Amino acid sequence: MTGVMTSPQTIPALLEVRDLAVEFATYGGTVQAVRGVSFSVEKGKTLAIVGESGCGKSVTVQSLMGLIPMPPGRITAGSARLNGVEVLGCNVINGKDIRGSQIGMIFQDPMTSLNPTMRIGDQIAEPLQEHRGYSHKRAFSEAINLLSLSKIPEAAKRARQYPFEFSGGMLQRAMIAMAIACKPSILIADEPTTALDVTIQAQILDLLQDLQTETGMAIVLITHDLGVVARVADEVAVMYAGKIVEQGSVDDIFYRSAHPYTLGLKLAMPTNDPDKQHKLNPIDGSPPDLFAPPPGCGYCPRCPFSMKICDSRPPENFEVAVQHFSRCWLHHPQARISPAAPSIPRELYVGERA
Amino acid sequence: MAALVETINLTRYFDIGRGQRVHAVDDVSLTIGEKEIVGLVGESGSGKSTFGKTVVGLHGKTSGSVKFRGETLPQSYRPADFQRLASKMQMIFQDPYSSLNPRMTVGEIIAEGLRLHSTLDSKQVQARVEEWLVRVGLQAGHMSRYSHEFSGGQRQRIGIARALILEPEFVVCDEPISALDVSVQAQVINLLGELKETLGLTLLFIAHDLSMVRYVSDRMAVMYLGSLVEIGKADAVYFDPKHPYTEVLVGSNPEPDPELERRRPSTAIVGEIPSPVNVPQGCRFANRCPKVLEQCRSVTPQLITLKDSERQVACHLYN
Repeated sequence: MTGVMTSPQTIPALLEVRDLAVEFATYGGTVQAVRGVSFSVEKGKTLAIVGESGCGKSVTVQSLMGLIPMPPGRITAGSARLNGVEVLGCNVINGKDIRGSQIGMIFQDPMTSLNPTMRIGDQIAEPLQEHRGYSHKRAFSEAINLLSLSKIPEAAKRARQYPFEFSGGMLQRAMIAMAIACKPSILIADEPTTALDVTIQAQILDLLQDLQTETGMAIVLITHDLGVVARVADEVAVMYAGKIVEQGSVDDIFYRSAHPYTLGLKLAMPTNDPDKQHKLNPIDGSPPDLFAPPPGCGYCPRCPFSMKICDSRPPENFEVAVQHFSRCWLHHPQARISPAAPSIPRELYVGERA
Repeated sequence: MAALVETINLTRYFDIGRGQRVHAVDDVSLTIGEKEIVGLVGESGSGKSTFGKTVVGLHGKTSGSVKFRGETLPQSYRPADFQRLASKMQMIFQDPYSSLNPRMTVGEIIAEGLRLHSTLDSKQVQARVEEWLVRVGLQAGHMSRYSHEFSGGQRQRIGIARALILEPEFVVCDEPISALDVSVQAQVINLLGELKETLGLTLLFIAHDLSMVRYVSDRMAVMYLGSLVEIGKADAVYFDPKHPYTEVLVGSNPEPDPELERRRPSTAIVGEIPSPVNVPQGCRFANRCPKVLEQCRSVTPQLITLKDSERQVACHLYN
């Protein structure tokens, strides 16, 4: 433990998000979907944001892209700087400066994210015409190049087809081609493989990594699948109830998990070693109601290690090791794990390589 | 182990007009022993769900047969057959949102089976429903609520209570956890495990999450484009796959272990599962197979049992 930090310290990064807070005014009240999120992404690296449904991971990246409908949405605090330039305010729904040119995005469901009435090639050509001022003809031939870059066979023929003529995996490739058309410095991938089979998922993840090596773009990957994280991520941010609860390198998160929630996720999954197989430990209960977020730690009611302080004061962001942060009171020097806390054998959550 | 459910050359085609047929399930023979959990894995479109539904009679059989405790079940079910078999075989569905009637209370949904298939009076039925709600981790007071008031995991528990209240011997679980978050998946899996222990259930567990199927199942069967390509002990199939398709499937399954993932070569294969309408001649996996042989494109491989093991593989490499 090296002391208390309020936010991660980094060298000037490509994308720097600080204290982002987003809320939605609804009929039933105000949902505080994102409650102070800070992270940074470096050139050529992949950051994975992991969390369960409703934790605010998609809202976080949508607000960077200016895709939050306002109203009912509202960005109440924070900043996001891309190469030092603020993107939060300027990137409103009608401002197309950054979206599609400097930040590309692909979505979870390729079937419903493309326009069914436009040919694939025209859809890929659109950002080039919009941002680069290409003629339609030039943009369309560039679209064919992009399709073959995304490893779609017979690209020239495919560019003239409509989305319904593509399979799910092929549509996701087409969407990637569209997202990288203007050579963005960051690609945001929101659950890009959740709707796909594992064999197709492997193809898409390989494609993303190849493109990253070629172009040096950074990738922000939103996912709930820890296997996908292990495969592609350099850095990981674990989100819970609108906050990042643990942040660090992929090895830190998997082999030296610090936050009880990260630990809980790992214990809820089967291991890949039958000799070490334990009974799955579900996380009981459900995430807090973000209409009235708890004053303390959001995970407290489900946490087997919770202490007295946990439900009244929000935990600070402790740097448990170099560039490895955990938002949990257990890391406080005065923390005492209650004797009632379950003793979980260390080898279950700390790999032998730790 | 005595066989509880046995499918013999079970086939289900769907006619889609113009003389074309979808070969959803083609010639599948699978034996499920008493109190055994058999996991069935494969890509979407491989026919897993159709197989499960055909086994419990929700689809008629194009050809082949299903035996339950030695009794051959009818080719397609009449209402009387459902009436007779519903207390023996049940199904848990994939989507906890669309598989519960939004206009019925949870109590009515869970009680329906008992009302139709038992002689209990309404008081006794209500007591059983309350008992089952508690058993699956809900509260007796939830009876009068509607399904939209529950989360995905809770709905899946309602689906489980509905299927198990008749205390069937055999349950088909069609992707019971794929719509749920990781922490909730573990709750449902543990619940199924406990109920299996106490009720002595036999399960056909259909899923595409290989790690979870390995964890849950005694044996694992791998399906590709309507036919079985490999069957064996779950751990053996997962850690020592024999069929090239199983190898690809296991290799594509990302493990939550970064070091392992960095070490492991990419096993992504080109191409996608072909259309089940125009099923290729010979081995169905031949056009994607990294180890394809000459004869694979013409001769259909049969499931053969490997020497000194319980493993069955349908591949010319092992002939």
